[in-house]
Amino acid sequence: MAIRGKDVVFKGRALPWLLLAPQLLVLAVFFFWPAGRGIVEAFFLSDPFLDRSIYVGLDNFRALFASPEYWDSVWLTLRFSAATTLLSMSVALALAVAADRVLRRSLLLRSLVIWPYAVAPAIAGMLWLFLFHPAFGVLALALRDLGVGWNPLLDGGDAMLLIVAAAAWKQVSYNFVFFLAGLQAIPASLIEAAAIDGAGPARRLRDLVLPLLGPTSFFLLVMNVIYAFFETFGIVDAITGGGPGGATRLLVYKVYKDGFQAQDLGSSAAQSIVLMVIVVALTILQFRFVEKRVSYA
Amino acid sequence: MVERSPRFDAFCWLLLSAGLLLVFLPLYYALVIASQPDDTARLTLATLPGSALWHNLAAAWAKDDLQRQLVNSTVMALGIALGKLSISLLSAFAVTYFRFRFRTAAFWLIFITLMLPVEVRIVPTFEVAANVLSPVTALAGWLGWRLELNVSLLDSYAGLILPLIASATATFLFRQFFLVVPDELCEAAKVDGAGPLRFFRDILLPMSRTSMAALFVILFIYGWNQYLWPLLATTRAEMTTVVIGVARTLPTDNADTRWNLTMATTLLAMLPPVLVVVLLQRWFVRGLVDQEK
Repeated sequence: MAIRGKDVVFKGRALPWLLLAPQLLVLAVFFFWPAGRGIVEAFFLSDPFLDRSIYVGLDNFRALFASPEYWDSVWLTLRFSAATTLLSMSVALALAVAADRVLRRSLLLRSLVIWPYAVAPAIAGMLWLFLFHPAFGVLALALRDLGVGWNPLLDGGDAMLLIVAAAAWKQVSYNFVFFLAGLQAIPASLIEAAAIDGAGPARRLRDLVLPLLGPTSFFLLVMNVIYAFFETFGIVDAITGGGPGGATRLLVYKVYKDGFQAQDLGSSAAQSIVLMVIVVALTILQFRFVEKRVSYA
Repeated sequence: MVERSPRFDAFCWLLLSAGLLLVFLPLYYALVIASQPDDTARLTLATLPGSALWHNLAAAWAKDDLQRQLVNSTVMALGIALGKLSISLLSAFAVTYFRFRFRTAAFWLIFITLMLPVEVRIVPTFEVAANVLSPVTALAGWLGWRLELNVSLLDSYAGLILPLIASATATFLFRQFFLVVPDELCEAAKVDGAGPLRFFRDILLPMSRTSMAALFVILFIYGWNQYLWPLLATTRAEMTTVVIGVARTLPTDNADTRWNLTMATTLLAMLPPVLVVVLLQRWFVRGLVDQEK
């Protein structure tokens, strides 16, 4: 498929390649070569002592899909992503609707909400762990005084709640920016017309505002799932290390553990390829959506 | 506001206050701990700020590797942001303002990398960083030459920056932007005898300033907050980033850890990117929202 360029262009055959050279060189060395190696490694069994590889076909994948540990990791990644996405998007939407109603253009409020975006996931995880650490977290001890059993270092469910809280907390700011921009793009005349027709705030929200936010929500859904799948590595590594007992071993964390600590390169490469397929699917989903929107415009 | 509805307004205020409370709770608590004097009993259970914030910040600032790690993070974030901006501007210029063979192919090559985040190719990327010439030696090996070349990028700024520097997203955004630049500008430049590089430098770049600023903020944050890559690509404490450095001082069960100092260090590590986002808010929001386009 040809892509669109300018109608008025410059002449030159070597120059465009020179301009592309830095990007293509970086891509070749750090993207395509490693990706190719990863694909090769997924189909071979490497023998670290003999410095050679044996072709094993789909064995790495078969072993992977037969491993209950892997499926555990798949399910908990899905649960984690669903919970994080749902939590951060609904909180952000509620805040954006409220902010849009009472302070239509307040920059101060926006700064107050957006700063967590700038906090590294690992540090966000630390801040939350400090609040909820079973031995010295102030909120954990408050929970204990209330009689709630809480120990994210020993209980897998509690650990999961903690990483969901940290991941969602960080992502609320991102979603808030988009929802607020989406709300502010709705023409005031539409809202006024609905109000004149007798629709109250709740009715307008349901029948007018939410449908108009549809495209933004869909975009955010995809971005949030990508975030939950890939960018939350730091949270897991910093606060739970995948534990307790593998209860927070997300897929991307497992790739890292198996590849670097267990030195199981074949399995790690096969896992990478599964992740790659997931990213490709998400990217295509997003692009189909972008095209659809363009054709409506 | 379209109608008066004090009850609904009150509800909105309530919601906003609860939301802000939630957003600020971890920061407040970090400040509380970081401001406790060393001799506070049960330091982590304090709920009100203490008096030793500056003292602790100064002590954290003076710790062994902290300043070095802050410098590393700054170099990495700036390197990634500026590097991504420059190579993306050049590629976007090439694919929009020239017609050449394999133009579409070049564009798709860049596009595909959207689908290869570092997380899905960690082990092989690490191998390349450990010997950046390994692709060359492997290719030569297939051709029957045996080469022994070994250049490691581990524990270097190049190793922290280069593998993260390609950017499909930035190339797209600049391409979109160039596509709506009026053709008349290019025609006029050509009539006046300006070559492509002159046009790029004197007309296109100044016009792209706002997009560049917006993207710069996003990319700076992206670079500063990297975790997995610096974790792999650095082994020495003086070469790693401040985020990794802080995460390594993490809560374990030892009771004698000086949490006030740890929290002060954490605050110092998160301050620069937070300041960038808050102070350059206009650019930041624009850069974010541009990504939806």
